[in-house]
This record gives sequence, structure tokens and C-alpha cells, in this order.
Amino acid sequence: MEADALVRAFGHRRAVNGLSFALDAGECLAVFGPNGAGKTTLLRVLAGLLRPTQGRAIVSGVPLPGGPEARRRIGFISHASMLYAALTARENVELAARLFGVPDPRAATARVLDAMRMTPRADTPVRALSRGMQQRVSIARAMVHDPHVVLLDEPFTGLDASGAAALSNALGVLRGSGAALVLVTHNLDEGLALATHAAIMTGGAFVRYEPRAAIDPRAYAESYRNLVALDA
Amino acid sequence: MPDTLGAALLIARKDLAIEFRTRTAFFSAVVFALLAIVIFFFAWDPTAVAASDLAPGVLWVIFTFSGLLGLHRSFGVEMADRALDGLLGAPVPRHAIYLGKAMANLVFVLAIEVIAVPAVALFYDMPLGGAKSVAALAALMILAAIGLVAVGTLFAAMSVNTRLGELMLPMLSLPFFVPIVIPAAQTTARLLAGRPVSESIGWLKILVAFDLVFVAACTMAFPHTIED
Repeated sequence: MEADALVRAFGHRRAVNGLSFALDAGECLAVFGPNGAGKTTLLRVLAGLLRPTQGRAIVSGVPLPGGPEARRRIGFISHASMLYAALTARENVELAARLFGVPDPRAATARVLDAMRMTPRADTPVRALSRGMQQRVSIARAMVHDPHVVLLDEPFTGLDASGAAALSNALGVLRGSGAALVLVTHNLDEGLALATHAAIMTGGAFVRYEPRAAIDPRAYAESYRNLVALDA
Repeated sequence: MPDTLGAALLIARKDLAIEFRTRTAFFSAVVFALLAIVIFFFAWDPTAVAASDLAPGVLWVIFTFSGLLGLHRSFGVEMADRALDGLLGAPVPRHAIYLGKAMANLVFVLAIEVIAVPAVALFYDMPLGGAKSVAALAALMILAAIGLVAVGTLFAAMSVNTRLGELMLPMLSLPFFVPIVIPAAQTTARLLAGRPVSESIGWLKILVAFDLVFVAACTMAFPHTIED
């Protein structure tokens, strides 16, 4: 995945302002930032849901927002569950599998629900699931087609220890199979644990962007607090 | 990846499954239709207006407004928990989403028609005539429903993100329903009056023409209404 001078404006306000980065297969970019920094807008542009105002983003050689070929490579886990409350967990995930053209949608659905430890509740309507369980189903829905790029917006929010462990395992498997991840979070520990690159975003721009190996977590946390305080 | 028709069928089946389980829009629409029939019936003076003059108007007022209930709901379910993002992020053509929604809405409107037409015939003591008239009436209902759904689905997508979306949908849709409702009501009046089907062929051709234009135009316009 590659972003080059990416801009997304709403009227005169630039929610994403000239971002550039590149991720190879298996790499993970953790993006930290305060509310309103433009993190979710960045993910929505990378998911092909918002058209860039300027610049470009490319997934596996296909420019975004692109057509079906670009969207097929992306998995998106958002704040909202993107699930239908009246359908069961299995029906929601299987619908996504069929829309993404997964060869054996039933088997793929069973596999990802099992990976997220949701098999016992697979046939429960989503509206009857707790928020954390809905989040697990949402994650399963985003991973059922084995995406090349996974975009995660605060994916650990609402998950209990078991759900968080299942998500970490699933993300590990995806990275092992060559998927690149972009993870947006407020939680430095969670983000740095997964990241190969980290960025701090304020006002739509990266004010810090570096490889994880160059980061001292304690100094980074201090720097993050200072930058967020300045931005506020 | 599914082709356009395959994706549309998946989306239509999903919408119908949701409606079948919740039944919120369908029950609301049926109750509205039956109440409207009863109200029109008790407000009707049979010595002043013949049943054959009133019934077609009652029928199409009911279809228009009860259909709007389903049309609004069709995109309402997508906005809860931003399920629409899931559809937009899927590798299917945008117009497959429109066609799937329109197919589900068509089933919804036809189901209301199946209940409302016999109810109107019963209340206004309208003979539905022979097999030929019934077949012509069924064809009319399907043709008119296609036109209403084609326009209504597009405007439902446009209005769902606006403030006062429930008000915006009828305001946007009703002017475009007029070219469909006029030939539909004219044909219904002739068929319910027992006139030969050949007298209605001209109106039916107009409906077919509107359907072709509206389905093609709305399918092409839909991607522009949902892309940001």
C-alpha cells in the first residue's frame, strides 16, 4: 500500500493533509492521534469510501478509490460494526463472503468465526450479541476474503481479553500471509505491539513517522502526550 | 466476484430476509393501506361519485404512500451501524446495489398490491372481470410498481443521509411518480369498469416507456448519489 501526498478536504477544511507513506506486505502502520486528527477520514480514503481530493493511494498496484478490483483487496474494520442487526453473525459474514466472491463462502465463514471464537454464537442475531461480540463478528466480516490490506479503526475497543487475543492472533495470521495493516488507535501499547511503523497524526498530517525499531516506547509516549497537548 | 445480477440478487435476498424477520415496514404499509381504504370508503358518497370513478384513485394514492414507507426503510437499514459502508466496500458494481435494493422494494410494493387490490374490490364492490382483465390488471400493477420503485429507490438513497429524510423522500419522489400514476389510474379505471383491454393498450405502452427510461436513468444516476 502506498499513499502519496494524499489530501481529503471537506469544504475548506483538510481532514487529511498531504500524507505520504508506503507499506510492504506483512508490515503494519500504527497511527496515533487525538480526536479530530483525521485518522478515520484517512482510513475511509484508504478503504475507497472517500475519494481523495488530491494525491493518490495505491493498493497492490491499483489506484483508489478504483473499482471492484481495488475493493476486493481491502478489509475495513470501522467504529461502526457494519452489520445487520436482524441477521445472525453467520449470515452477516457469509453475505460479505459471497459479495467478495470467496470460493467456498460457508467454509470461509465458519473459519473466520472460529478464529474470532464466535462459533458458539454464530447463529445468534447480531442484535442479541453484546457490543464486544458484535465487534468480533465485524472483524470476522472484514477478514473473510483474506484481504491484502486491512484497515482497523480502534479494533480493540469493546473487546474482552479473549476477543483481544483472538484479534491479535488473526492479525498475526493475516500478516504472515502477506497482508499489510493500517491500525488507528489511541492506545500506544496496543499499537506499538503490532506496528512495524508508527505515526502520530494531528491536524490531518503526520507530525512523526518512523519505523517501530527506532522507537523507545517511553520517550514516544512522552512525545505523544506533548504533541496531543499542543494540538488541543 | 459475483456479477451484477448475482450481487443484486444477494442484496435483494438480504433485504427481504431482514424485512421478513422484522416486518416493521410491511406491517406499517399494510395497516396504512387498509386504514386508508376504510377511511376513503366511509368518506365516500355513492350517490355523488360512482365506485368505478373513485376506486382507481384510492388504489393509487394507497400504493404511492404505502410504497414510500418501504422505500424509506430500504436505506434506513443500511444506515444503522453504517452497514452501507460494508456494501460500498464490497467489490460489486455500484449499480448492483441499486438493482438489489430495487428488486427487494418491488417485492415489497407488489406484496402490498396483492393485499390492497382485493380489499378495494371488496369495499367498492368492483368486479375484477374475466381472466383477461385480471391478467391485464396484474400486468399494470407490475409495470407501475417497477416505475415507482425505480424512482423511489434512487431518491431513498439520496434522502437517507439528509436531515428530515422522511420528509425529503416524498418531496423528491412524488413529482416523478405523477407520470406513472396517471397512466396507471387511467388503465385501472378502464379495467375495473369492464372495458376491453384493447382500450388500455396505449396507457400500458406509456408505462412501459416510463419504466425503461426511469430504470435506465436511475441505474446510471445511483453511483453518483452514494459516492462521497
